[in-house]
Amino acid sequence: MNSLISLEKVNYQIADQHILHDVDWQIPAGAHITLTGPSGGGKSTLLRIIAAMISKTSGTLIFDGQPIESYDPIMYRRQVSYCFQQPTLFGETVADNLAFPYQIRKQVMDTQRVVTALNNVGLSERTLHQPIIELSGGERQRVALIRNILFLPKVLLLDEVTAGLDENNKQIVHAWLRQLNEHDHVTTIMITHDATEIAAADQLAKVVAGRLEVHA
Amino acid sequence: MNLAANNTSLFLAAMLVLVALGISLWQKLGLDRDIVIGVVRAVVQLFIVGYLLKYIFRVNNLWLTLAMIGFIIFNAAWNAKKRGPGIDHALAISLLAIFVSTGVTLGVLVLSGAIKFVPSQMIPISGMIASNSMVAIGLAYRSLNSQFHDQRQGVLERLALGAGLLDASIAIVREAIRTGMSPTIDSAKTVGLVSLPGMMSGLIFAGVDPVRAIRYQIMVTFMLLSATSLGSIIACYLAYRNFYNEQKQLK
Ligand SMILES: Nc1ncnc2c1ncn2[C@@H]1O[C@H](COP(=O)(O)OP(=O)(O)OP(=O)(O)O)[C@@H](O)[C@H]1O
Ligand SMILES: [Mg+2]
Repeated sequence: MNSLISLEKVNYQIADQHILHDVDWQIPAGAHITLTGPSGGGKSTLLRIIAAMISKTSGTLIFDGQPIESYDPIMYRRQVSYCFQQPTLFGETVADNLAFPYQIRKQVMDTQRVVTALNNVGLSERTLHQPIIELSGGERQRVALIRNILFLPKVLLLDEVTAGLDENNKQIVHAWLRQLNEHDHVTTIMITHDATEIAAADQLAKVVAGRLEVHA
Repeated sequence: MNLAANNTSLFLAAMLVLVALGISLWQKLGLDRDIVIGVVRAVVQLFIVGYLLKYIFRVNNLWLTLAMIGFIIFNAAWNAKKRGPGIDHALAISLLAIFVSTGVTLGVLVLSGAIKFVPSQMIPISGMIASNSMVAIGLAYRSLNSQFHDQRQGVLERLALGAGLLDASIAIVREAIRTGMSPTIDSAKTVGLVSLPGMMSGLIFAGVDPVRAIRYQIMVTFMLLSATSLGSIIACYLAYRNFYNEQKQLK
């Protein structure tokens, strides 16, 4: 089987604290994986390593046939996009946030695409010019999520992105993520503690006390 | 000239130190030791500088003048560095920033004929430029440190979106440059209304016509704007990378 991402004996240690132990993980292209496990187990740490936001202390991580160290971290992060647990928005307005992915690529914001993305997660065009301090927690969460997919990454790493949403909006975001996975072939790994999401998972993986358990 | 400060009058004026000492003892501020050290240092340093400058002005040698300016720049960089704890290469960065800001500003002043290339003009003016640049850079460092701490999450999110290091830091860098420059801009706005600044006061004190004295103050205002803006921008653009590691992750 050809893996898009492959981890072998990945460890993460800070001082004498061993946070991840010998993680082996094969992630096929196009997978839609639900990652769960007790709080403090190391889920966020694992995804941040895969996102090149922090570096493993030992082991190998291969992305698309090449070791992670061989990529320029900036270009790599545009392909393997991590959305934070409890993100903060930056700047003044929603538009500041959604223009950012264009800005760093020296492009002008594609307003049509941005509005479509807002609609896809149940937000209206009006949101675009709203000051970020006026947004509810669930609205912020969705705006943050859109920042990650305006330019489609190969891999989307989602850290409890539906935690602040009501049932209705959870459904909307799920449907949209499934669409990204099935239609746009974005490989997705989604961390969650939500029982319904875990029950509905295609592929389930668990991180318990720094060790990964993959369930078929 | 009516300048009458001699050793006797200075000795009598030292009574003023007793006022500060008295307050410290009376209010149990615990500052008496620092006051004594501060006064002794000030007197010794100023006497040394006075005799040194007298010597340098008299020999009027190009290399000696440049060496003195270099010494001023180095001391300014050393002090600026102390305000950026945790920033690697802060001494080298400060040195370059103060050297360029002082050099460019002095160059313009000399070429425009505002000051002459003689030690008695070059050295005091270099000191004013370098010390203002030093304060601006110190403020900019402090601002970088506190913003990278307070806005950590925002920087991480920009990086996660694939931003380059400058794109992830630009808002912070701009704010730090602004912080470095703003005292100079603020004082330019109030100069003459709130305080009679040092250059102008000194000339008036020495008996120069106020209308001539203000010309020098105008020159000082211009040169400090140039020095603090150059110093802040160079220091900030060189220092922000220190907040990231080799893997372009926030430290
Ligand atoms: N930078 C760090 N310094 C010290 N400890 C850390 C650091 N990052 C993570 N940890 C520790 O590593 C462990 C795993 O943290 P992590 O955030 O990965 O857990 P998690 O599984 O995502 O938990 P949650 O479900 O609560 O989000 C925790 O005990 C945490 O305290
Ligand atoms: Mg977590």
